[in-house]
Amino acid sequence: MKLQNAIAAAAILSFAGTMSFAQDDNELSVDGQLISTEADAPAHMENVGTVYSGWRFRSEDTQAMQMDDFDNSGFVFVDDGLSLMASVDGSEGKSCASCHENVEDFAGLKAKLPRVNDSGELETMEELVNTCRTERMGAEPWKYSGSQMTAVTAVIGLQSRGMPIDVAIDGPAASFWERGQELYYARVGQLDLSCANCHEDNYGTMIRADHLSQGQINGFPTYRLKNAKLNGVHNRFSGCMKNVRAEPYADGSDEFKALELYLASRGTGLSVETPSVRN
Amino acid sequence: MAFTRRKMLILGSASFATAAFAGLPAFADLTDDAITAITGGADIGEDGITLTAPEIAENGNTVPVEVSAPGATSIALFASGNPTPAVATFNFGPLAGSQSGATRIRLAKTQDVVAIATMADGSFQRASVTVKVTIGGCGG
Amino acid sequence: MAENVRPRVRVPKTAAAGEVITIKSLISHKMESGQRKDGDGNVIPRSIINRFVCAFNGEVVIDVTLEAAVSTNPFFEFEAVVPEAGDFTFTWYDDDGSVYEETKSIAIA
Repeated sequence: MKLQNAIAAAAILSFAGTMSFAQDDNELSVDGQLISTEADAPAHMENVGTVYSGWRFRSEDTQAMQMDDFDNSGFVFVDDGLSLMASVDGSEGKSCASCHENVEDFAGLKAKLPRVNDSGELETMEELVNTCRTERMGAEPWKYSGSQMTAVTAVIGLQSRGMPIDVAIDGPAASFWERGQELYYARVGQLDLSCANCHEDNYGTMIRADHLSQGQINGFPTYRLKNAKLNGVHNRFSGCMKNVRAEPYADGSDEFKALELYLASRGTGLSVETPSVRN
Repeated sequence: MAFTRRKMLILGSASFATAAFAGLPAFADLTDDAITAITGGADIGEDGITLTAPEIAENGNTVPVEVSAPGATSIALFASGNPTPAVATFNFGPLAGSQSGATRIRLAKTQDVVAIATMADGSFQRASVTVKVTIGGCGG
Repeated sequence: MAENVRPRVRVPKTAAAGEVITIKSLISHKMESGQRKDGDGNVIPRSIINRFVCAFNGEVVIDVTLEAAVSTNPFFEFEAVVPEAGDFTFTWYDDDGSVYEETKSIAIA
């Protein structure tokens, strides 16, 4: 009996010894510029006091990759995005750059998206890009989460890097925000889990070998080590839903757009980190 | 009763240990063969080379490693648990600022990453780091 | 030619004569390992960057042989001596026969 107990105890101890819990205290600075990775949680989050960027939950090696714009392999796709924006495409003979001469003028945009437009529709950055392409360039829309879209949304998002997320959730946005909140707390899938079950109730703990973050979206599109490319946020939602064995909503669907608005609001005050580096 | 169970446990562990020992993965042999191909079976030192790799890889698809061996002409990297152990060989030219290099590699599972440096004087150095590679819980 | 392959290198703009500098290189390339199977169960053949060479004014700094275990978007960081002003050339060789190149000049401060 004593031998069996000793073996069991040793197994548990050695297992626990390799894990670190909660978020660490490391500070993110990119090429010398300090970027805040935490903020007081907004008032509408009753169960969370401080919001933390996903960067704080990653290993030190992964964190280091985001601290230098060369080590961050996402930037080779930002280069692709800049090329795409300079290329003429469509019946009007224009490129993005024909109208948007200075990409720096996009500063502040990512921090406010998604937002409700004058027609009362919730719009995401991908939709803004495709609207420009179809209505002003006479070009084919890009696949919502394809490599061209992630490259260009990364360029645009990068212009807001370091700026605090600040999405509107009242007035015309309120109904979309409430729908997003509903979706966040709804259990789905064969595993019967909601976003909140992991990312609100259990952030900081380990789910098997993954260190659970708060599921913030301030760094999207993000370069994931897992597939060595930029990943869009709806694509990530889709992956999460598949992980709980649920049928995912479509990228660009009303559900994912509402969820994106709600999630952005949960990150109010966090800095845009596009393009971030994550697992 | 207690005596019999204890004996079974000891017998069980012993046979398990033997089975584990006998069933060493073939990949380790491939690595040894590759190393012998470099060294010709010569003795290998351990002081002149450093290999840096994380203890736990956040993701086995992209694992940062760094290797340094002052005075080496080349350094070969092996992943002893990969289907094909060879990873990369750094060959240093006359304008190399140091005999060191860093890259990112793929590791199929928990294993030893091994670096073999061929020194300018014809001798060899070896370093090895065990990197734990996990299957994510929910990263998908 | 593999699709959408883009090199990226970081070299300081200037250096003192004889200074040792750090160079970083990256190329966006899938590095298809030859281990994966497609939807029908057929092995997807290996197709990787198999060699990377950095030279300065024609002399080799580093010559790397790559195998399938180098991660997608091969990244290298290494050091070079800068004896004089000149050009660093970076060359990547693809299994499919393509050769990708990038050049960066450096001045002596």
